[in-house]
Amino acid sequence: MRRAGEALAITMEDRLKMEPILDIRNLEAGVDDRAILKGINLTILPGEVHAIMGPNGSGKSTLASLLAGREGYQVTQGSVTYLGQDLLALNPEERARAGVFLAFQYPVEIPGVNSTYFLKAALNEVRKHRGLPEVDAIEFLSLVKDRIRLLELNEDLLKRAVNVGFSGGEKKRNEIFQMAVLEPTLAVLDETDSGLDIDALRVVANGVNRLRRPDRSALVITHYQRLLNHIVPDRVHVLMNGRIVRSGGKELALELEERGYDWIMPTEPVAA
Amino acid sequence: MDANDSPPARLGRFVEAFGSVTEAAASAREPHWMLAIRKAGLARFADQGLPTLRHEDWRFTNLAPIEALPFRPLPRPEPRAVTVADLDRLPLAGMSGLRLVFVDGHFEPELSRIEALGEQIQVCSLSQTLRTDGAWLEQQLASWHEGQDRAFRALNDAYCTDGMVLRVPAGVAVAEPIHAVFLSSGSEAGLASHPRNVLVAEANSQVTVVEQYASLGGAATFTNTLTQLVAGEGAQVEHVRFQDEGPEAFHMGALRAVAAGSAQLAAHSFALGARLSRQNIGLTLAGPGLEAILNGLYVTTEKRLADHHMVVDHAQPHCASHEYFNGILSGQSRGVFHGRILVRPGAQKTDAKQTNKNLLLSSSASVNTKPQLEIYADDVKCTHGATIGQLNPESVFYLRARGLPIETARRMLIHAFAGEIIDRVRCGPIRQALDRLVWDRLERDAQVRLDASRPHD
Repeated sequence: MRRAGEALAITMEDRLKMEPILDIRNLEAGVDDRAILKGINLTILPGEVHAIMGPNGSGKSTLASLLAGREGYQVTQGSVTYLGQDLLALNPEERARAGVFLAFQYPVEIPGVNSTYFLKAALNEVRKHRGLPEVDAIEFLSLVKDRIRLLELNEDLLKRAVNVGFSGGEKKRNEIFQMAVLEPTLAVLDETDSGLDIDALRVVANGVNRLRRPDRSALVITHYQRLLNHIVPDRVHVLMNGRIVRSGGKELALELEERGYDWIMPTEPVAA
Repeated sequence: MDANDSPPARLGRFVEAFGSVTEAAASAREPHWMLAIRKAGLARFADQGLPTLRHEDWRFTNLAPIEALPFRPLPRPEPRAVTVADLDRLPLAGMSGLRLVFVDGHFEPELSRIEALGEQIQVCSLSQTLRTDGAWLEQQLASWHEGQDRAFRALNDAYCTDGMVLRVPAGVAVAEPIHAVFLSSGSEAGLASHPRNVLVAEANSQVTVVEQYASLGGAATFTNTLTQLVAGEGAQVEHVRFQDEGPEAFHMGALRAVAAGSAQLAAHSFALGARLSRQNIGLTLAGPGLEAILNGLYVTTEKRLADHHMVVDHAQPHCASHEYFNGILSGQSRGVFHGRILVRPGAQKTDAKQTNKNLLLSSSASVNTKPQLEIYADDVKCTHGATIGQLNPESVFYLRARGLPIETARRMLIHAFAGEIIDRVRCGPIRQALDRLVWDRLERDAQVRLDASRPHD
């Protein structure tokens, strides 16, 4: 078993020696017979935040779905290694317990399932996997109240059914609130910024930033650069037509914002 | 009808058994009017027999298995080894308050909890009422016209042995729910019981009644129960029928209710048991300005069938009736729903709503649903709808993506679907007990789990 994050001050050199949190090699995947991802390579080291940007239809959400284990995608080539294990061999709940968290682009409303009840059950599944005792009602409540303040959400939503009657912005903040409670090792944020006004964006980003630790990583998928003003990435990748066509530092996001996606041409020819 | 299929031949044993009823009636010194009701019932039954698939109201529910059973009514009680401990193991056992227990159709005072409620509230058995308050009972029994349950009503008239009689005087509120348990010993196939319940809530009274049907043994028994319910003007009545009989049992249940002006009536049907069950629910809104809720949940597994057949008769203006029925079906089980709302001329400002939602947990489960509106007034608000679907895969994925096992995720969603119905039960102790029970069943039910592990089409 791997122990991450024992030291807080980690140099770049240490980092390179570390096992990646996520290592995607030549990943090809699609739906039915349609290829969507056409050879993705991506390595995320502990503590890093990577951003994936790209136009609509480039495969961003497919990548997020694949990492979380959504059904309906076929992987035809390549591998995804998470903390040394084959992520694709795990079912969605095993991935979640192992510390992979997907903040959904469109969180589904689940009438009749109480938010608190659901989140407590989820936390206890994660804790069980980590060999920790289940939290009791009082511990859970104090944890939840602390995190709900972080996301500036109304405590009242804990009494409601999951996402039912939440505004678009509340749904997105609720995703990050759940993330703050579950404390994942790899957070995948799938267009969490879409539909958020600037205040909500700041709150969400603040929530994500507060969770940053040397042993945790995040993959932030976004269409726009503005989220990355608040969640500053270590690396920015541009996904186009199923491939990462350019990678760079945080400046790349600014350049994209200024010039759009059109100026980037695929660095290798697209297979016919 | 085929010549060799004539009622007398087919129904011989239903008729032959009647001799034992007349003997028992004589030895119990039943009033002669009761015997007359019995004889008339038998004659009507012999005349029509059990409905077949050719009857419009029975198109999807084949009663042949009931016809194939032996018919063993029990006109006299037989000693049964039923103990209070047996009762304590049943769901709802923790409820406080009055409890009337019937075993194979006969009242069991030793197993019951009866204390005087005061204020002239009468709660007792039908057999006792026959002796003590015959004239009133005769009037009640005679005042009922027949509904879609004709054959079973006739059979119940002929063979009823006992049941609950409740009379709440005007203006009186009964604090705790009144609980009647109809226990089938389940000791032999064809054992038939015909409970008859007479519930009268007079003007501005309040009462909650729960009828629970359960089996101890696993034999293919037959229950044919009929409840007549009167909600007087301004009365608030909640009626819960909780059918949870054994997996081989056949259950025919009828609720015939009449509500007067400004009454509030909620009638819930929970059909969780039996191999084949049918609830005939007839509700007449006989006065203006009343509100009625008909609410139901059926959960079927394996090859079972649950059928709900409803007729809501809006005879007066300014009434609201809302029907909500949810079904959860797994295995090769079947659900049948037929809801008819009749809005008579003059029943203006009627607000009628009818919803039937079905959750199919396997590809071999099926539902026949037929919501129906028949409107003869022109200023009304009536809606109806039915859905048949599977668990939303996106919801299942969402819960799994937070670490919940697929079985738990599915169970939570199924439970939530059941909760839409359970939450409408106003009486807290009953609602909580049913909620727990449904949750436990979903966990225990191998069929639901099996379906859960199988990708569905």
